[in-house]
Amino acid sequence: MQPFQNFTGVVAPLDRANVDTDAIIPKQFLKSIKRSGFGPYLFDELRYLDHGEPDMDCSNRPLNSNFVLNDSRFSSAQILLARENFGCGSSREHAPWALADFGFRVILAPSFADIFFNNCFKNGILPIQLKSDLINALFEKASGATPLQIAVDLPAQLLTLNDGETIPFTVDAGNKQRLIEGLDDIGLTLQQADAIREYEARRRIEAPWVFYTV
Amino acid sequence: MGTKTLYDKLWNTHVVRVDDTGTALLYIDRQLVHEVTSPQAFEGLRLAGRQPWRTSANLAVPDHNVPTASAERAAGITDPVARIQVAALGTNCASFGITEFAMGDPRQGIVHVIGPEQGFTLPGSTIVCGDSHTSTHGAFGALAFGIGTSEVEHVLATQCLIQRPSKTMLISVDGELGAGVTAKDIVLAIIGAIGTAGGTGYVIEFGGEAIRALSIEGRMTVCNMTIEAGARAGLIAVDEKTIEYMRGRPYAPSGELFEQAAAYWRTLVSDDDATFDRVLHLDAASIQPQVTWGTSPEMVLPIDGQVPDPAAESDPVKADSIRRALAYMGLTAGQPITEIAVDKVFIGSCTNSRIEDLRAAAAVANGRKVSKNIKLALVVPGSGLVKEQAEAEGLDRIFTAAGFEWREPGCSMCLAMNADRLEAGERCASTSNRNFEGRQGQGGRTHLVSPAMAVAAAVTGHFVDVRTL
Repeated sequence: MQPFQNFTGVVAPLDRANVDTDAIIPKQFLKSIKRSGFGPYLFDELRYLDHGEPDMDCSNRPLNSNFVLNDSRFSSAQILLARENFGCGSSREHAPWALADFGFRVILAPSFADIFFNNCFKNGILPIQLKSDLINALFEKASGATPLQIAVDLPAQLLTLNDGETIPFTVDAGNKQRLIEGLDDIGLTLQQADAIREYEARRRIEAPWVFYTV
Repeated sequence: MGTKTLYDKLWNTHVVRVDDTGTALLYIDRQLVHEVTSPQAFEGLRLAGRQPWRTSANLAVPDHNVPTASAERAAGITDPVARIQVAALGTNCASFGITEFAMGDPRQGIVHVIGPEQGFTLPGSTIVCGDSHTSTHGAFGALAFGIGTSEVEHVLATQCLIQRPSKTMLISVDGELGAGVTAKDIVLAIIGAIGTAGGTGYVIEFGGEAIRALSIEGRMTVCNMTIEAGARAGLIAVDEKTIEYMRGRPYAPSGELFEQAAAYWRTLVSDDDATFDRVLHLDAASIQPQVTWGTSPEMVLPIDGQVPDPAAESDPVKADSIRRALAYMGLTAGQPITEIAVDKVFIGSCTNSRIEDLRAAAAVANGRKVSKNIKLALVVPGSGLVKEQAEAEGLDRIFTAAGFEWREPGCSMCLAMNADRLEAGERCASTSNRNFEGRQGQGGRTHLVSPAMAVAAAVTGHFVDVRTL
């Protein structure tokens, strides 16, 4: 995973609650056995007026002009502003893959669904939970004539808006470290291989049925 | 007298170590694998030159993409992209030594049906799968939750996950359910009460007389939809029903080892003095058959309800959600649920495709006919073994005589990755778990109900209280 670096990006406001991972990336794209190439199909049913299929060339598809990512002001947005319970439903990691492939690196919402939230950190996306009134204020600013830009400083856990306002945020210490250093979780866990083997040896005595094989 | 919740016991038993940030390395006893969320995980192992930590901890099955029409199953999957994905599961399992129940195997079925059916799901274990409905297995007093593909790879490679403990919630469903009210109605009513984000950050334990009275299969239906309330996992304490369900299953221990396991499993209850971060009580007798009307499982009403009016909602975000849902669903505020006509009926999914679900559906279908305005009524059993059992009981003949199609096992129209789907504007009474926009096909309109209520809608052509048939 690439280390997460501080950046300044445009905010795209997606003003609907309970956006589920089926909406983020519809089921037909889950048939891919690859990890990349999902960006053009991000929010496919909201973004296009026709029915999308895997490997379709999206450059000539009819666009839903009412959808935020089809507004030229937001087409290179790197920060997604969302409502309650963002990423609910299916555990599909294709959702953060599609968001990252499109270019999103930060998602701001009053709440996130649990599995999606975890999946983001595995893919270099920083999900930030902010209080509802702050999110409401950001929606107002992001929906103005000039796009809202935010500078994201992960080590300092601080957002700086282009009008000078600053918003501190919290992030789990372990997740923060892994994002900043771009660490490979599996490699880190395998450094604990001896502890895992000791645990297993103990469990084989305490609960041998767990290791019973047909 | 202890003070530990069931969750505390499961968590404590599986912590390998805790680091200085408070993050735990949690040991995972079992992983279920399916074709959609695993190929990138296997590819990751391959690229890094890694092997599975403990191959026998994994059991794989194709379910999301498989056709349910027997002709297509015999001829091979028509959709080339789906065919490649199902084939990739076979290749990956063969090369890494993981047991797979492939499409022709009678044990093939929906991953959350076959785990318990085979006794692969053990009480007291930690179980994961790259699928959010892994919460199903919590019905056995197991800590079971869905994970993403990166974590699937992490578990394959290390048999562990990096986790932080969740908060605990007890939902006690007190008293007795009314006749004709099912586990599905309980869980829909709970989601309606706490909302789709009501469980976020929590593991929910379900208790109370009404939960204790449920069969193991009913408990699976309740735990299955815990994810629809946003919780990490659902849990139900072990009792003698759990132990008896496990006895004689192929992957469960046998003989002396079974008795030794059972003695431990009986300790898997929350202690009398345990405290939960949140406790909720629900009166079982007040629960009516439920029908969702909108595009989120929390948009649910009792069968005698009326579709809500956004003008009556003070929260602007919620009012907007209601307005959007009404437009998508083609409904008007104030419309009685019983006046909503349906086009298709789907009985199946990891929520409601087990033998008891099919028996409940067949009991209503018996001697009745699917209404003329229904374009398609499907029954998709959860596994090949459920299908065999249903056929041995003659349930298939009841369904086909009534005008239902009797299919091969798989996820089918729950998420419409295969050919079973809704066309734009079509309305479905579905026993599945999600009514999101486009879930059963782009533009499709899903109403979630119990198996008995789905059949009631099939035979009358609209939603109706099954108790009045």
